[in-house]
Amino acid sequence: MARAFTPKMLTANDLFDGDVIYMTASGEWSRHLSDVAIFEEEAAANAALSEANQQHDRLIGPYLVDARYSADGTPEATHFREEFRSRGPSNYPHGKQTEA
Amino acid sequence: MYVYDEFDEKFVRERVRQFRGQVEKRIDGSLTEDEFKPLRLMNGLYLQLHAYMLRVAIPYGTLDSRQMRQLALIADKWDKGYGHFTTRQNIQYNWPKLKDVPDILDALADVSMHAIQTSGNCIRNVTADHFAGAAADEIEDPRPTAELLRQWSTDHPEFQFLPRKFKIAISGAPNDRAVTKAHDIGVRMVSNDAGEPGYEIIVGGGLGRTPMVGKVIREFLPKAELLPYLEAILQVYNLRGRRDNKYKARIKILVHEAGLEEIKSAVEVAYERIKPEFQRPSDELVARIAQFFEPPQFNNVQTTAFEQEIDKNPALRSFVETNVAEHRNPAYGIVTISLKPVGGTPGDATSEQMRVVADLAEQYGHDELRISHEQNIVLPHVRKADIPAIYQALKEVGLATANIGLISDIIACPGMDYCALATARSIPIAQEISTRFSELKLEHEIGEMKIKISGCINACGHHHVGHIGILGLDKAGVENYQITLGGDATETMALGERAGPGFAADELIPALERLINAYLEIREGSEETFLQSYRRLGSNPFVAALYPEAERNAA
Repeated sequence: MARAFTPKMLTANDLFDGDVIYMTASGEWSRHLSDVAIFEEEAAANAALSEANQQHDRLIGPYLVDARYSADGTPEATHFREEFRSRGPSNYPHGKQTEA
Repeated sequence: MYVYDEFDEKFVRERVRQFRGQVEKRIDGSLTEDEFKPLRLMNGLYLQLHAYMLRVAIPYGTLDSRQMRQLALIADKWDKGYGHFTTRQNIQYNWPKLKDVPDILDALADVSMHAIQTSGNCIRNVTADHFAGAAADEIEDPRPTAELLRQWSTDHPEFQFLPRKFKIAISGAPNDRAVTKAHDIGVRMVSNDAGEPGYEIIVGGGLGRTPMVGKVIREFLPKAELLPYLEAILQVYNLRGRRDNKYKARIKILVHEAGLEEIKSAVEVAYERIKPEFQRPSDELVARIAQFFEPPQFNNVQTTAFEQEIDKNPALRSFVETNVAEHRNPAYGIVTISLKPVGGTPGDATSEQMRVVADLAEQYGHDELRISHEQNIVLPHVRKADIPAIYQALKEVGLATANIGLISDIIACPGMDYCALATARSIPIAQEISTRFSELKLEHEIGEMKIKISGCINACGHHHVGHIGILGLDKAGVENYQITLGGDATETMALGERAGPGFAADELIPALERLINAYLEIREGSEETFLQSYRRLGSNPFVAALYPEAERNAA
């Protein structure tokens, strides 16, 4: 039996510096998890992924991954790996956590 | 130090030129990622979690002050002012921009360095004993052989698309500091009954998801036969190694599935076939390589002043006792510079630290530096008389931690702080262990202790061969850490045994504390190391310390 669809976000890495990027509701790419669009429908999520797969000239490795809205309505990752991706490494103040 | 000849120089420059064109085509969109990925990997460029990562080869872990300064310059100019030294004696930059990478590679070529074959299914950077040419116990410096292997394996047309990556390590001493038994091929310098120098060849070792201790495939190989014999092993592997399953593609699986005897005879058949036509390196080439590894002109001076300095300064004494190893020349010492400060990231050095170390090598160390697989920097040849001055200079830049071989001298892979393959973080665990045991002031009391941490089953952090190994996993969406006990990375190699269920991150440090306290109680005197206690007593008392609940429940 196919697993039930759970809400997803679309993320990738930027071609030029490898930074983590997120697809927003308007189909743009943002560097911040807070801007990400969460797909409640599987078909819409897959369509966005196919579209991203064509964007060779600006991003690498797009994929869909579980996400949800937190209590205050901002998007958040459900898995710790995505949480780390949204921040940066824990041993130095490098990456997104310093650029906010 | 090996000096590039015209061929090496042209080859490296040409590769940079090619890669520059490939990067341009990727940026302007004429190459897709699928097309570009194999090209970037051939040049050491990975994509990690937050950014690209460039892995630069430090052949057999040897470099000079000029090269170290260039690594510092690259860190400042194109990265975030630091570099990460790895268990394969390489350096990794964690934040390069794609467009800058060709410039970085050109800067490396300026000092005879490159990032070729630091990735991909080819023969990777050959690693060696980091005390090579200096150690008191050495039979022969393994680096001329390592350089010969580098030349043979670089761009070898037959071995660019092996079933999987292939790692070779070489040691010239009976005490194995190069982990030769956990490599696809391990080469150990030995002599036969007639006293002639040669090699013992070990095959099929490796860590990762299926850890195996390497097996001796040739007890004695005459020196001149090394390249044709290794070529024979690689041919057999290239033809018979599995390509249907990435996880079963390393030579260790082939040796395990076919059996050592069968592989041995297949190699002998290939070797006999290759032998007559194989173009052995000319005597001139061998001599040319050897001259670059001639020992430096040692300058013996009285060490009386040194002994007096040590008596006056307990911190210096502690540094000397822990971080200085025996040199073949009694007036000299081998200084290991710890890249494991309390609470720091194992293997990281700032550009300033790299420059200080380069200056020290130039001023006091015959201009030689080594990177160890244990992620430290080595000054292989320093006069004992100069050690107080070296210690002082290291102290000023936070590099005088006296902990080599102790509990905080931890190997840790980058883990999920950087690596896209990781299943959990490694670095924060290493930081917590070193911070905690420093607070307890137990480090010297505990004595020799190798903790090795990997953030996934690929085992870049060598956890299987740690006295205490820690493996970070994703257990139902939470970081979880499994402990193995009794591993050994040396000539008496053993794979650690899994102690039991894993620990959540916040349970791990208390569990290790219980484990260490149990060891301190049950050891036979302070001379018995953790590993010796483990071998004497077996796992039971240690497992009981890790899992007191289970113990109570069973009672």
